[in-house]
Amino acid sequence: MQCQNCEKTATFHITELAAGKPQELHLCEEHARDYLQTNDQDQSAAPSLASVLAHKMTVGQTAEDLARLDQRACPVCGITFYEFRNQGRFGCPHDYTCFAGELDQLLLNIHGETEHVGKCPQRSATASERQMEMIQLRREMKEAVSSEQYEKASELRDQIRQIEDEVSGE
Amino acid sequence: MNLDNMAEKSGEWLKGEGPESDIVVSSRIRLARNLTDYPFISKATDLDRSEIEKTLCKSVIEMSKSNALSYLDVNELDGIDRQFLVERQLISREHAESEGARGVAIDSGERISLMINEEDHLRIQVMHSGFDLASAWDRINTIDDRLEEQTAYAFHSRLGYLTACPTNVGTGMRVSVMLHLPALVITRQIEKVFRSLHKISLAVRGLYGEGSQAMGDFYQISNQITLGKSEEELVTQVGDVVPVLIDYERRAREFLQKESHENLHDKVSRAYGILSTAQTISSEETMHLLSSIRMGVELGLLPELGMGQVNELFIQTQPAHLQKISGVELNTADRNVARATFLRRHLNRDDIHGSPEVN
Repeated sequence: MQCQNCEKTATFHITELAAGKPQELHLCEEHARDYLQTNDQDQSAAPSLASVLAHKMTVGQTAEDLARLDQRACPVCGITFYEFRNQGRFGCPHDYTCFAGELDQLLLNIHGETEHVGKCPQRSATASERQMEMIQLRREMKEAVSSEQYEKASELRDQIRQIEDEVSGE
Repeated sequence: MNLDNMAEKSGEWLKGEGPESDIVVSSRIRLARNLTDYPFISKATDLDRSEIEKTLCKSVIEMSKSNALSYLDVNELDGIDRQFLVERQLISREHAESEGARGVAIDSGERISLMINEEDHLRIQVMHSGFDLASAWDRINTIDDRLEEQTAYAFHSRLGYLTACPTNVGTGMRVSVMLHLPALVITRQIEKVFRSLHKISLAVRGLYGEGSQAMGDFYQISNQITLGKSEEELVTQVGDVVPVLIDYERRAREFLQKESHENLHDKVSRAYGILSTAQTISSEETMHLLSSIRMGVELGLLPELGMGQVNELFIQTQPAHLQKISGVELNTADRNVARATFLRRHLNRDDIHGSPEVN
């Protein structure tokens, strides 16, 4: 496929969702870079790094795939992939596991690597599943309170306290 | 910690001491860390934020027994105090301007700063004067180890330290060196230097200015990649390029001295003339002229001034510092007058002992 702005082969296929309905763009490397850069400046409200990331994520996706992906949410913090793409920030540590499939390409774009080789904490994070559960329970409790489901909220609070006691007793 | 007393002096990192401190102002390393059992800041509730602050504040105080850190509740500080900490590079602009429970712990030498609830739960920063990355790394590594005894960090076996933004994941480490490169700016070589740095994935940004135009010819070089390299490798990656840049800058200065000594001397003398006599002066003009003066000091054209003294002027003529020093809130016009008065007082040696100009 040819770049829509010049003679060269289109190597970047960008799906733009900002305007409401998906719009597909086919560009060569040079024009893709220009497009992504000028587009960043338009979105002055969003941090530029975040929008660069968001755009990087859209490269090589079809509109349908992306729409489906955007709907996916982390069970722990509730962030959707769409939210992440827009703000360039994750909602909780579990997102790195939850969106692992999509993340590797992004990490390669940013770092050129997908594996940490530096320092590790002395004590391993053994209770990590527990901790994810805590994040989730706290969020559910807050939602229960805001929807005035106080009975559910108090059950959740008891559950949180129980885990807290268990953890501190270990 | 009394912020009013801090205004009249500068942090250790600005002393103009340490290796290559004529060109390398400071060496800085920061680590991004998050607690494993709370969401990142964007999804944290007010309650989460205050619990994160409480937890980390306790760890920091526990850890700091030998370091004597002071904790400041940034949420409680007024706008000038927050800006004051930004000007001293102890907190980021984002940290100053965001909302909700947050704070910073600082040591008395202002080499260490631990920001709580910035973009990540914890941002540890160590800043040393001159080109001194190795000892900055030793210091921050020790602080990180000690904090980790009290705290469970979010860590992934393959991806390393988990951060709110995937651009920081892995080591969570940013190594940066602040350089004063006036001769490369005058000889128009600075753009070329930037392009070659980008090629080896190092980021360059100006110190205070917006966009690419660095005020006062200060440039910060830092690593862009945080994953797939060890901390030592990142220190080396940034550290290796610094001697090359120092060499370029020195050669550009030699060239200027040889080829157009009168012009260079004139530039420095005029800068000194304006700064030591102006009655009202903007922050931008001050930074621009102080840059020439700093280079003049380095080249021995202004023997009466010391490097540390000039470094201090860069910080003390910033808006929040002027207001702290004068003890009242000042609008832009008043600040320009206060700035000129402050500069005259510090640059005219005859005035040091109680001149009528000092109000």
